[in-house]
Amino acid sequence: MSLLELRDLKIHFDTRRSTVEAVRGIDLSVERGEILGIVGESGAGKSTIGNAVIGLLEPPGRIAGGEVWFDGARIDTLPEAALRRIRGRRIGMIFQDPMTSLNPLFTIGDQIAETICRHTGQSRTDAMKKAIELLREVGIPDPEARVNEYPHQFSGGMRQRVVITLALCADPDLVICDEPTTALDVSVQAQILALLRRLCRDRNLGAIFITHDMGVISEVTDRVAVMYQGRVMETGPTADVLSRPQHAYSKSLLAAVPRGDLRLHRFPQLDYREAGETRAAKKVIDLDTHWLGRRMDERVQSDTPLIQVKDLTMRFVSHHSIIPAWRRSFTAVRDVSFDIRRGETFGLVGESGSGKSTVARMIAGLYDPSFGRVFYDGSEVAGPEAQPMTAVQRQQIQMIFQDPFSSLNRRKRVGDIIAEPIRHHRLATDRAEVQSIVGDLLDHVGLGAAAARHYPHEFSGGQRQRISIARALATRPQFLICDEPTSSLDVSIQAQILNLLKNLQADLGLTMLFISHDLPVIRQMCDRIGVMKAGELVELAPAEQLFEAPRHAYTAELLSLMPQVASAPAADRDVMP
Amino acid sequence: MIRYVSGRLTQSLLVMFIVAAVAFALFGFVGDPIRQMITEDASQAEIDRLREIMGLNDSVPVQFWRYISGAVQGDFGVSYHHKRPVGTLIAERLPATFELAGLSVLLSVVIGIPLGVYTGLHRHGRLARGLMAASLVGVSIPTFLLGILLIYLFSVILGWLPSFGRGETVAVLGGFWTTGFLTTSGLRSLILPSITLALFQTTMVMRLVRAEMLDVMRADYIKFARARGLGTRTVHFRHALKNTLMPVVTVIGLQLGSVIAFAIITESVFQWPGMGRLFLQSIQQVDIPVMSAYLIMIAFFFVVINLITDLAYYSIDPRLRAGALKGNAHA
Repeated sequence: MSLLELRDLKIHFDTRRSTVEAVRGIDLSVERGEILGIVGESGAGKSTIGNAVIGLLEPPGRIAGGEVWFDGARIDTLPEAALRRIRGRRIGMIFQDPMTSLNPLFTIGDQIAETICRHTGQSRTDAMKKAIELLREVGIPDPEARVNEYPHQFSGGMRQRVVITLALCADPDLVICDEPTTALDVSVQAQILALLRRLCRDRNLGAIFITHDMGVISEVTDRVAVMYQGRVMETGPTADVLSRPQHAYSKSLLAAVPRGDLRLHRFPQLDYREAGETRAAKKVIDLDTHWLGRRMDERVQSDTPLIQVKDLTMRFVSHHSIIPAWRRSFTAVRDVSFDIRRGETFGLVGESGSGKSTVARMIAGLYDPSFGRVFYDGSEVAGPEAQPMTAVQRQQIQMIFQDPFSSLNRRKRVGDIIAEPIRHHRLATDRAEVQSIVGDLLDHVGLGAAAARHYPHEFSGGQRQRISIARALATRPQFLICDEPTSSLDVSIQAQILNLLKNLQADLGLTMLFISHDLPVIRQMCDRIGVMKAGELVELAPAEQLFEAPRHAYTAELLSLMPQVASAPAADRDVMP
Repeated sequence: MIRYVSGRLTQSLLVMFIVAAVAFALFGFVGDPIRQMITEDASQAEIDRLREIMGLNDSVPVQFWRYISGAVQGDFGVSYHHKRPVGTLIAERLPATFELAGLSVLLSVVIGIPLGVYTGLHRHGRLARGLMAASLVGVSIPTFLLGILLIYLFSVILGWLPSFGRGETVAVLGGFWTTGFLTTSGLRSLILPSITLALFQTTMVMRLVRAEMLDVMRADYIKFARARGLGTRTVHFRHALKNTLMPVVTVIGLQLGSVIAFAIITESVFQWPGMGRLFLQSIQQVDIPVMSAYLIMIAFFFVVINLITDLAYYSIDPRLRAGALKGNAHA
């Protein structure tokens, strides 16, 4: 008898017009002491399964068929009160974002003790003692003091440790981890994965890892199930599935994972599609005659780098005071210097808080640097002798932000969002031309001109990021700053977006500053890479050199932490020595 | 903690100083005070003498200083109309207004928060939807109309409750405060006006708590709390409600202030002997000392209430205790 068994589970969401089949009959099982991975793109129904097992499906979602068996008893038909005794006590759950998983108004000790008291009936004093013990076990230093602190006093990785403690504090038999490390930095991710794996081994727990990250699957799981559109395509021991995927979808998904060990010309696209799905046909724009390409002749061929950054420093005041000596500030960026040559893609990589986004914002003119200068095309745009950016300069520098959900005005139609910069900079002669340009841009990013009439919320994350790109292109920029443009997206969509950026760069001769914490992506995209740590640029080298022979210890450490897909598909294997 | 409070106190003092300046300016701008006090046939010599006695010939800063130092000690001058010290006039009417405002805000909190939680949790329930529809009436019905309707029903037709006044009051705290809470007639008199005043506040608190509950119930930490098997009541009233309180505390604080300051209509309808009516009369009679004293008093209440609200934030949300910026750096 397996610890958890799903038999022909079907989950439906009833909407006003139709029923969405999120999960279409799956069979899965988890044994004690086994870690099962569920992998797939967003919308494949992975998280829905986790929620259904513990009876936390949000309405209108419902289990439409099948059975859930846990430790020899059927649990999908249990009443709410009985399910509450299973949640936390028998089955623990860990969610994606440690920043929002904890109640900000209670100390972590409160929240842990509350859960322990609820399930074991221990006194609060005993529960507190146990909380301290558990916090020590998950690697939180000085737990006696920290147990009385509030969630905001912990860093992201520490918070996820607290979340793990909370999920495991009543000694459950099964733990469901829904994207447990997606919101974390690489180095922290490696620690958390190791911790989870150790805890599962020590306590002989069954575990389900839900993730879209093949690296995580490969590092942690024993078995893996590949999901697509509510069905399990393939299941088997992790090593087998990763090295010899049987199903066409698994092969395609594996091939789309950006590789840190090898530079390819193009990101492999996830080309698997089931019958009935169509992709928007892309219209080819002739750049020699089109509006979008018209500025290209004006570009000066010169040897001076397009962007020069000299001794850039940014200090944020963390403690205000009238008396200067009492003021406190922390230095987010310290003495950073680099050049970006015309037509190259320059990468900045580092953990969160390393100051890479701050650098980008200073170049874009969103922050004023405390010290140092930024030159654009030879003229100083930030620094002591800077002139205010001219309209032309502002038009030539464009930015694509990380979060496609908050960077588009949701009250405007997509067409207006893209037309706004064209109108503002008076780049087109009349309304009809603006419309046709907007249509062409939307075509060019693969959305189709019809998208102009819709509102941003009608699009998925990947589609919205395409809208952001179209908007950035609408001023015919020369220099594009991409701040983590794909970190919130699935591998398949990531590949599409990154390929699009690469094509655009080749076609339009763009210069790019590309910021990411994702090393494989950086390797594929960039010509030269700068590594940032705690506000300082610790290494700057051509991409291949940096990956093959890192000089700085921190770079080497970052590279070693990069989750590897242990066995890449055999076909590609031969390329790597 | 001390820094936070002292910062707020400094701001409060600054606000009070500016309000005092405005209140003082009233004397100069709303007509010559001498003209209000004397009869038509007074001689120029009399006017000059009065001017000298009242100190109106001194320089403006000197007058202002005198005004402020008086105000700090509760001396706001003498009412032109009542010919009595303004401080005494206000002190007599203050308890009436305070008791009415306090009771109505208490009602709105005690009724509004549970209703808000209920409607927030059972969004699609029949009762919740009925309550929401009813609350729309509560928000939109004007106070004077509600007051008149209540008087008509309970005083005129049914004859259960008095239609005006405070009833019998008892002097407590050494005669400084008169209260209606200790006599039956005083309590009976409070019922109708406090309901009239509370209806709008109640519906507003309810709608606000509901909106906040809807928001908070979608938060990840609520889902995580449920995934840990915590009971429904713990999740709703411990984890969710506390997170909705920040905006609710703000609104309740502001409402208490505005109810004290602007219960004028209700006080008029019920002939309530409170500050609102005193103020209304003072406007009609161009009684500048009363108007300016009222202005300062109301500003003082708002400042004090805001200070208390800020301290309440501080005790509810640990992130504020660490200092706003430091919290951000961690997030």
